[in-house]
Amino acid sequence: MQELLALDAHALIAAIRRGELSSREVFDTYRERAASDPLGAYLWVAESGRPVDSAAPLAGVPVAVKDIFCVDGVPTTAASRILEGYVPPYTATVVELLEAAGAPLLGKTNMDEFAMGSSNENSAFGPVRNPWDRERVPGGSSGGSAAAVAGGLAPWAIGTDTGGSIRQPAALCGVVGLKPTYGACSRHGMIAFASSLDQAGPIARNVRDCALLLRHMVGRDPADATSVGLPEDVLVPQAERLDGVRLGVVAELMGEGIESGVRGCVERALALAEDLGASVEEVHLPHAPYAISAYYVLAPAEASANLARYDGVRYGLRVDGDDLTAMYENTRAAGFGAEVKRRIMLGTYALSSGYYDAYYATAQRVRTKIVEDFRAAFARVDLVVSPTSPTVAFRLGERVSDPLAMYLSDVCTVPMSLAGIPAISIPAGLSDGLPVGLQIAGPPFSENRVLEVAHALEQALAFEGVPREVEVKPA
Amino acid sequence: MIERDQVLHVARLARLRLNDEEVERFTRELGTILEHVERIQQLDLAGVEPTSHVVELVNVLRPDEPGQCLDRDRVLAQAPDAAEGGFRVPSPGTS
Repeated sequence: MQELLALDAHALIAAIRRGELSSREVFDTYRERAASDPLGAYLWVAESGRPVDSAAPLAGVPVAVKDIFCVDGVPTTAASRILEGYVPPYTATVVELLEAAGAPLLGKTNMDEFAMGSSNENSAFGPVRNPWDRERVPGGSSGGSAAAVAGGLAPWAIGTDTGGSIRQPAALCGVVGLKPTYGACSRHGMIAFASSLDQAGPIARNVRDCALLLRHMVGRDPADATSVGLPEDVLVPQAERLDGVRLGVVAELMGEGIESGVRGCVERALALAEDLGASVEEVHLPHAPYAISAYYVLAPAEASANLARYDGVRYGLRVDGDDLTAMYENTRAAGFGAEVKRRIMLGTYALSSGYYDAYYATAQRVRTKIVEDFRAAFARVDLVVSPTSPTVAFRLGERVSDPLAMYLSDVCTVPMSLAGIPAISIPAGLSDGLPVGLQIAGPPFSENRVLEVAHALEQALAFEGVPREVEVKPA
Repeated sequence: MIERDQVLHVARLARLRLNDEEVERFTRELGTILEHVERIQQLDLAGVEPTSHVVELVNVLRPDEPGQCLDRDRVLAQAPDAAEGGFRVPSPGTS
């Protein structure tokens, strides 16, 4: 079994095709581990998988799915009390695509409630622990998916990223996570947080697995009018060299607030990139320091509208009241956690009469400036590079009482979200024994370029340590 | 920054019933967050168009053909109070 766990998804698929492993063995091994998960990474684990043809593209290697994706007949909560007991009557498009490609559902992973958070401590069903140090957070909001992959509780997983929710937990757990270009993947069946920012993406042990999973997630979907797919198929990267590749290191994301150990790992990675033939120069995103401010207007504003649907009428929790309004208020008071209420309040305030121009309209203009900053940078370089997270994994509880400090965890990932561009996080080494993430971002629809460069750098960095040898609880 | 009365007003707009502790906490926390957010008001944004969406899409259409929709009984099975093929709610009252 240890040998099976040592294999990445590509190796599992190859072993299944050669007949050395059966997809059932792979499923059962991971199912057993997921069912005895010591990290709090799972909210639900599948009983059994449907038999999968070994000729299917993903050959039956199962996937862990963030609990924000609706799956027909499977409890789906977005880690909120307000959806406790909800069983969707339909399946999210990306989950359908993965199942059709031969990746059965392994389980639903824990997350920050409605994807609002950077530590997974906002789950109504308890925190997730980082497999590198169980007293530390895995990041968020896709913390369960990242911890499951890092802890060998899933071969690979999917998450969603609104302001960094795939990349930051991937960084803190020492795995690879990619946020695609906005519109690459359908949002149909993905519980909405901030609709102009939300994107599904893969989390895996390495860049090649990440690419393979993404290949089977993208595509235009009539059920999501904002989905456009990608202009070319996602390819599994092969590059070993970076000759002629121009990398720009983002000056605004390398200075104040970035831990020295994190900066050191990024600088080492850039030196390796030069050894592989890339050129590295400094680029500026002058409005990046304003990205968090703009994001914490725009995302809560969209969230306040999207979460209006949780009103105790059609699904989920209802808490009775004397009249309709009292029922709404009682239901929402009991069903939403503190962070969700905070964001609804912030968004409602930013959209309210008399404040709209000062906050929402201004933030939308800052968003334009950030898009323009990236466009100018990509006129000079092919891809931009920065840390993914300003710090390594922090301690559980360390930032829960300071919402602004928590929001600043996303300082390096939010600019790419606002611009809607693809960005990947790969492990770039350890600082104080904890993983550091390197973020590589490119122009819209440049996923293949981002993956090629990430793969070549990953080989040179030779990061080891995933999966962590997480002992599961005896059944 | 943000007054207690504004917090109560916004909570009413958002249909959130806050207890006293939450009102006190949100008044303080939202003040701190808004102070950070207000940095964007220092920027010169004259003539800058707003971005609501990064993908340039106009009028995404599809053929208007009947298709499968969700099964009504399965949808209603998720409702806290379904009756006569619909969602039953308390009276809107007079408030």
